[in-house]
Amino acid sequence: MSCTVSMTVNGKTVSREVEERTLLVAFLREHLGLTGTHVGCDTSQCGACVVLVDGRSVKSCTALAVQADGAAVTTIEGLAAADGTLHPMQAAFREHHGLQCGFCTPGMVMSAVDLVRENPNPTEAEIREGLEGNICRCTGYHNIVKAVKAGAEAMAGTQATPVAAE
Amino acid sequence: MYAFTYQRPTTLADAAAAIQAEDAKLLGGGQTLLPTLKQRLARPTDLIDLGAIPELKGIREADGGLEIGAFTRHAEVAHSDLVKRVIPALSSLAEGIGDRQVRNMGTMGGSIANADPSADYPSAVVALKATVTTDRRSIAGDDFFTGMFETALEPGEIIKSVRFSRPDKAAYAKFRNPASRYAIVGVFVAKFGSEVRVAVTGAAGSVFRAEAFETALVADFRAEALNGLSVGSDGLNADIHASADYRAHLVTVMAKRAVEAAG
Repeated sequence: MSCTVSMTVNGKTVSREVEERTLLVAFLREHLGLTGTHVGCDTSQCGACVVLVDGRSVKSCTALAVQADGAAVTTIEGLAAADGTLHPMQAAFREHHGLQCGFCTPGMVMSAVDLVRENPNPTEAEIREGLEGNICRCTGYHNIVKAVKAGAEAMAGTQATPVAAE
Repeated sequence: MYAFTYQRPTTLADAAAAIQAEDAKLLGGGQTLLPTLKQRLARPTDLIDLGAIPELKGIREADGGLEIGAFTRHAEVAHSDLVKRVIPALSSLAEGIGDRQVRNMGTMGGSIANADPSADYPSAVVALKATVTTDRRSIAGDDFFTGMFETALEPGEIIKSVRFSRPDKAAYAKFRNPASRYAIVGVFVAKFGSEVRVAVTGAAGSVFRAEAFETALVADFRAEALNGLSVGSDGLNADIHASADYRAHLVTVMAKRAVEAAG
């Protein structure tokens, strides 16, 4: 009951022999060693495991690795430039302290990148709605929303608007 | 999750042959099936992934309405310019399903085949006089949902597409569970000439039409026409989220909101 799964992960072609029931998140973490993608709830609720599959955000705990056979997958490890320069969304999360414990952060960032791809200039309400599939157990949403707003502006190449000190 | 054999046919004929295996299950986007398997609530021998069959995909204009392939993801319905132009209420319903990641995976065919009593699409299938086309026949939307998680589909029957009629006016209003985003009550109102259809999901074991509401709206298509009307709480769902009485109350409130939104 095993099969060969091949996909492009963070620009690199990978191929592994796995059991057919292997979840995408297990494929990434256990077979490829990419542990930046987290398993939070394992019940499709929390979004810590969000990755991009052909550019669309997906909960990798609720997808089989074989469903992504032939796809291009991007994980949190694939966002930064080769020289280590953070992706604008990652940089914005750091700048605006869009995290507390950090466990939900990889999923938040991946969802935010997908959200901005579709809506380059989201309002606060649109950001909150766009992040509905991601839960921050520390309830650090306020700064996450600010970070996504700033990250969207940075991705658009515009000047980030100053954010009032809290 | 128990082990299974995974198959990914590229033609409908191959899928139809594969599903004949004993205890085989069709896989759409997997947003309900995979969590079910993870909890070991089902143990299929074979999973037949429908994701590589071109004829199950796409959104077309047909007979003035829309024909949507069974393997069309919720996000595609939500973002389609064609859907927004022809039946905007269907686009906004799709935009409200689950969360962004669920919409990127979940499919229309998967949703209606599963027939969750709280799912959103069943209300559109009934209110928009849809026809469900399978690899064997056509099934009227009114006859498709037969009970809680029950449909008119025969074992191994595969949904190909759903054809929706274009209403003059329509809207879907949903009171959602804030955690699951499923409908505690959702009401789809559609007006076709002098005919009005009001389909209610989430409230009972399966989608149903509120006929007294329809009669009132035929006479006067305004929210006020529903004042004093209720579907009654007999037979409605009661759970930790909402009592049957509360759901009955919500049906009227959501129906009024839908009528107002339809304009």
